[in-house]
Amino acid sequence: MKKTYEIEVDCANCANLMEEAANKVEGVAKAAVNFMTQKMTVDFAEGSDPKTVMKAVLKACKKVEPDCEIEI
Amino acid sequence: MKKKQKIMLARIIICAALLVIYHFLPVQGVVRFLLYFAAYILIGYDILRKAFLGIKNGRPFDENFLMAVATVGAFALAIYTKSGDYAEALSVMVFYQTGELFQSIAVGKSRKNISELMDIRPDYANIEQDGKLEQVSPDEVAVGSIIVVQPGEKVPIDGVVHEGSSSLNTSALTGESVPRDVHEGDEVVSGCINLSGVLKIQTTKEFGESTVSKILDLVENSSSNKSRSEEFISRFAKIYTPAVCFGALALAVIPPVIGLISGSGSNWSEWLYRALTFLVVSCPCALVICIPLSFFAGIGGSSHEGILIKGSNYLEALSQTKYLVFDKTGTLTEGVFEVTDYHHNTIDKAKLLEYAALAECSSSHPISKSLQKAYGKELDRNRVTDIEEISGCGITAVVDGDKVAVGNIKLMKKLGIEYMECHSVGTILHVAVNDKYAGHIVISDREKPHSAEAIAALKKLGIKKTIMLTGDRKNAAEKAAKSLGVDEFHSDLLPADKVSKVEELLKQKGEKEKLAFVGDGINDAPVLMRADIGIAMGAMGSDAAIEAADIVLMDDDPLKIAKAIKISRKCIGIVYQNIIFSLVIKFACLALTAVGIANMWLAIFADVGVMIIAVLNAIRALRVSKL
Repeated sequence: MKKTYEIEVDCANCANLMEEAANKVEGVAKAAVNFMTQKMTVDFAEGSDPKTVMKAVLKACKKVEPDCEIEI
Repeated sequence: MKKKQKIMLARIIICAALLVIYHFLPVQGVVRFLLYFAAYILIGYDILRKAFLGIKNGRPFDENFLMAVATVGAFALAIYTKSGDYAEALSVMVFYQTGELFQSIAVGKSRKNISELMDIRPDYANIEQDGKLEQVSPDEVAVGSIIVVQPGEKVPIDGVVHEGSSSLNTSALTGESVPRDVHEGDEVVSGCINLSGVLKIQTTKEFGESTVSKILDLVENSSSNKSRSEEFISRFAKIYTPAVCFGALALAVIPPVIGLISGSGSNWSEWLYRALTFLVVSCPCALVICIPLSFFAGIGGSSHEGILIKGSNYLEALSQTKYLVFDKTGTLTEGVFEVTDYHHNTIDKAKLLEYAALAECSSSHPISKSLQKAYGKELDRNRVTDIEEISGCGITAVVDGDKVAVGNIKLMKKLGIEYMECHSVGTILHVAVNDKYAGHIVISDREKPHSAEAIAALKKLGIKKTIMLTGDRKNAAEKAAKSLGVDEFHSDLLPADKVSKVEELLKQKGEKEKLAFVGDGINDAPVLMRADIGIAMGAMGSDAAIEAADIVLMDDDPLKIAKAIKISRKCIGIVYQNIIFSLVIKFACLALTAVGIANMWLAIFADVGVMIIAVLNAIRALRVSKL
């Protein structure tokens, strides 16, 4: 399942770091961050609950970029 | 300006004012330090916090860390040397934050500009209910519903005109400025803007499946296909920041130690100052921001011209294209058949055509249609009787009492009529009237008006070879190849043969040369996938083409290929300019700092100034309409 989330991130490098961090979260098959459109597209692994996964994704992203926001 | 930016602006103004006031305050000692330190905390608390979090989370070497170390270091130095010069640390932070603010505004603005350019997303659809128009979200409209599009509104969903006629501005989709007229029964594509009349449209697709959604998805996802330059920069940034930190550390420690040993004096504070300046210079923001921004601007600009590029990697590959392979029918030619000539006619051309068109009046074959079109007048079916279709040969009929036979050589042979061979290219229709040969009509596919011009333009751009692939017979292919000016052609190819031909060509080309295949997206999807770059033309409403290709041309003008290549080259040019410019300035400033010529002010320029220039340069990639 694929879902797109609005995000807020100020620098392109931070967006790259967020993408990297999100991809390491369990339950995420593939995450892509688009800095220019300020969107994160997450492809969830089968059987995972998007809500709990996204919470973990947000936590992981906050770690690499404390200022970022993801609208879950 | 966003709220965050406004707060930042206020902080900057207050601290800048404090800097000026402090300069004239005659306080000394601890009070002086506290005043400066309070202002420093006000301007830099978020940087310090992020630097701290970075260390806590195990990723210490980012720009926040650099700035925190540089400014805290400057404070420490001022205390250590008892100079009381805290202004430098404070002003460095003020300038850094000003730069960051400017960056965030500039990037935000350009991001918005580009997004607006690509914003063809309709906000609502009008549905008529009880004689009143109601606005609903396009998502909620079911297939087959009737929606109303008023003048000035966007067509939200693909469909067929149910009622009304109007002209549509398709420029957001195709870059074509001439409006397209639509009438009842015509298909309309979402994303067009209705110009004149009210249209009632019966939707044929859901919003998510409509052209406009597909295009938006494609453009928005384009930045996940990263180019080599972007990958280079991300890799570079990963190595660069730690490397600079260690460089600064080395600069702060090694020369004084050498000085101590050699007895020429350690001069710790001077080297520490240089090391801190070095850290400020080294911020990698300019590089990291301007590369994706340039690509994004390039992709945005080209989508405005009706050229959709699915990723910056394709934009990069396109700029290196040396071989262009074309499908013939539908790409270089219209894919529509047309009467082009009459030969050996014993009766008047118009009469010959009239007989043929009437005889074929009941057929819907493309050939018959082209006859009817060439005839131009209404066909009076009452004049035709005894129509008999002889499969694979042609048609016999009685027109105005005359026995007419229209068909190929086989038909003529069958009827025992002596005929003239034709050496022209295309489909030949022999016509016999009352068992006597009356001549033949040549029907062929017409070249697109810009095809030859497009090939010439490509040559001028330094394309090494243009190759045409076609399923047509050799003489037809040869003639088209000659008149278009393509270098090489391969005829009599089945769709599968096209794939193997492209594979053959892929083997021949050099490592860094790219091969692009241009097709109309119909039955050449495998070739589009196989080539380095697949370019599909005339994609308005063709999902298959949008899916299979890497680059999609919304209309079917082959000149757009040359334009796409020009755009890609301009964009890649800007990317390289930015990479080289920022690296050269950075390394020059780093070198100047290490030998002690540069001060903090130059360092700030090297960081913020370079970034701003790079962003402004990146925006140039957006302006491609005159290429």
